[in-house]
Amino acid sequence: MNREEVIQAVKDIISSIAPDEELDGLNADERLRDQIELDSMDFLDIVMELRKRYGVQVPEEDYKELASLNSCANYLQPKMADIELKASV
Amino acid sequence: MSNLETPKPSGLRSGGSYDAILIGAGMSGLAAGIRLAQYKERVLIVERHSLWGGLNSFYKRRGRVMDVGLHALTNFAPKGRRGVPLTKLLRQLRLRHEELELGEQSFSEIAFPDVTLRFSNDFAVFESEVARAFPAEMDAFRALVAEVMAYDSFAPPDPTLRTRAKLRAQFKDPLLVEMLMLPMCYYGSAIENDIAWYQFAILFKSFFDEGFARPAGGIRPLLQLLVKRYKELGGELVMRNGAQELLVQGERVVGVRLDDGTEVLAEQVFSSAGYARTMELGGQASLPVDHGQLSFTETMVIADRLPRDFGAEAYARQDTRFALPSDQVGRGDGATIVFFNDHAHFDYASPSADAPLGIDTRSGVICCPNHYATATPDAPLAAGWQADEGVLRYTALANADFWKRFDRTSDAGEADYQAAKAAASAALIDSASRFAPDPRAFEIDRDAFTPRTIEHFTGHARGAVYGAPRKHLDGTTPLDNLFIIGTDQGLLGVVGAMLSGISIANRYGLQPTTS
Repeated sequence: MNREEVIQAVKDIISSIAPDEELDGLNADERLRDQIELDSMDFLDIVMELRKRYGVQVPEEDYKELASLNSCANYLQPKMADIELKASV
Repeated sequence: MSNLETPKPSGLRSGGSYDAILIGAGMSGLAAGIRLAQYKERVLIVERHSLWGGLNSFYKRRGRVMDVGLHALTNFAPKGRRGVPLTKLLRQLRLRHEELELGEQSFSEIAFPDVTLRFSNDFAVFESEVARAFPAEMDAFRALVAEVMAYDSFAPPDPTLRTRAKLRAQFKDPLLVEMLMLPMCYYGSAIENDIAWYQFAILFKSFFDEGFARPAGGIRPLLQLLVKRYKELGGELVMRNGAQELLVQGERVVGVRLDDGTEVLAEQVFSSAGYARTMELGGQASLPVDHGQLSFTETMVIADRLPRDFGAEAYARQDTRFALPSDQVGRGDGATIVFFNDHAHFDYASPSADAPLGIDTRSGVICCPNHYATATPDAPLAAGWQADEGVLRYTALANADFWKRFDRTSDAGEADYQAAKAAASAALIDSASRFAPDPRAFEIDRDAFTPRTIEHFTGHARGAVYGAPRKHLDGTTPLDNLFIIGTDQGLLGVVGAMLSGISIANRYGLQPTTS
């Protein structure tokens, strides 16, 4: 996955967790929770879905790396470089 | 000791070995099960009874499906309202708001002598009622509301802080304090004559800022929805086969022996059986535990017509001391829930075991599910019984020892028990009919349950509906991988119980440990 695909993977996960949120206009540099309704239980689900869909482990001390879409890409892209983006369901 | 190397053949899908076992298919167990099954392969819920729901279950009687427990789903919020428990719950369980088919209450009342406060799902109604009845208290009331609204329901609370003394210090008029205590105690306190402040704050929001609703068809469709979701995710559910013993090695629980003798292994166990009962199952020697004293009876009356068609005579017993002043808004189709108390002080305590009726008829809760709106116009409001039948449910405080002393194995003992139930129900309806229409002229069926029934079906010792006074808010036990969910963890109501299961499952079952 390249950087754009990692961001797409994260957005696909968020849209499955929070189907009512509008994700098209998200600013990639801004904190996700400042733009849409995401609480700590939702961030746990993002982590669990990353593990379930892509086998990527995110330890608790690294949750802060998932704050914005760009920080997600910075943190996850090296871990996901060799993984194919899955079609969103 | 069990031979854990060779579990008995079980017929269970995962060959007797699970990532997580949940004890009890009530609201907390089903919600926790859904969360765990979403991310774990092998999840098992074991339930002793033949129906799901625990404290919020249902039963069939003469062709009708009757709810037990559910008067109101508190925490009602419209679709998409942010930051509230219902929205979080739906998201966590991946359910759509529409799937609950929630119908909102008409309005409800807190009725004391000479003062009745009405509230609805619009907070402004309650605020204007308090302003009408207690104009001198409005500054204190607004301060209370601000404090409660700022209360973080998801933060670790201080369980030692109580409500009554705090409110007495804030308000000059003790009657307003009693009126605020009444519904909160009845819908959630395990403590006599008080309620923990964090529970009061959470309940206050869930009643007045959020609101009351009922899933179309009552609790059964909601339970069916949860069970379906759980099974779609691969979760396994065993009915009529409860947890008989926890298999413990050292500091860990390694499995569960079921009622039929099957032994199943588990990495983690989540129990909704109550803290004390769970410790007993694990053979853990413990100090004597206060299981809780507060239990209830409930009487259900079915009428051959809707309450709005009862006519004037049904109101003949209504006492004007408990009615709203005549210049207040019309009664419309009537109240959904009435919390009543017939004297100035509210006594929230187990009645004496020597009390002749085994219940305290001076206060109680009347629920008329006919007065919930239909979520979808085509769905019969009451699905479960005929749409043109009236239903009234009456709840009052009861003494568990009184109701447990009958020997129901003998014909005479059973007859005595039934006679006592009939006498208590009659007295309760007499008392309650001062506050709500009397259905008895149109009655076609009646049933009642007692603390004894509650103990039998929920496993809560002495029928203590809200569990032990001491809660285990972090869900942990002396055993490393055994966790408490549900009533004794401390969250209240249908939505609260589900969030209890979800939060403990998230924290201990799913949260990846630090690497």
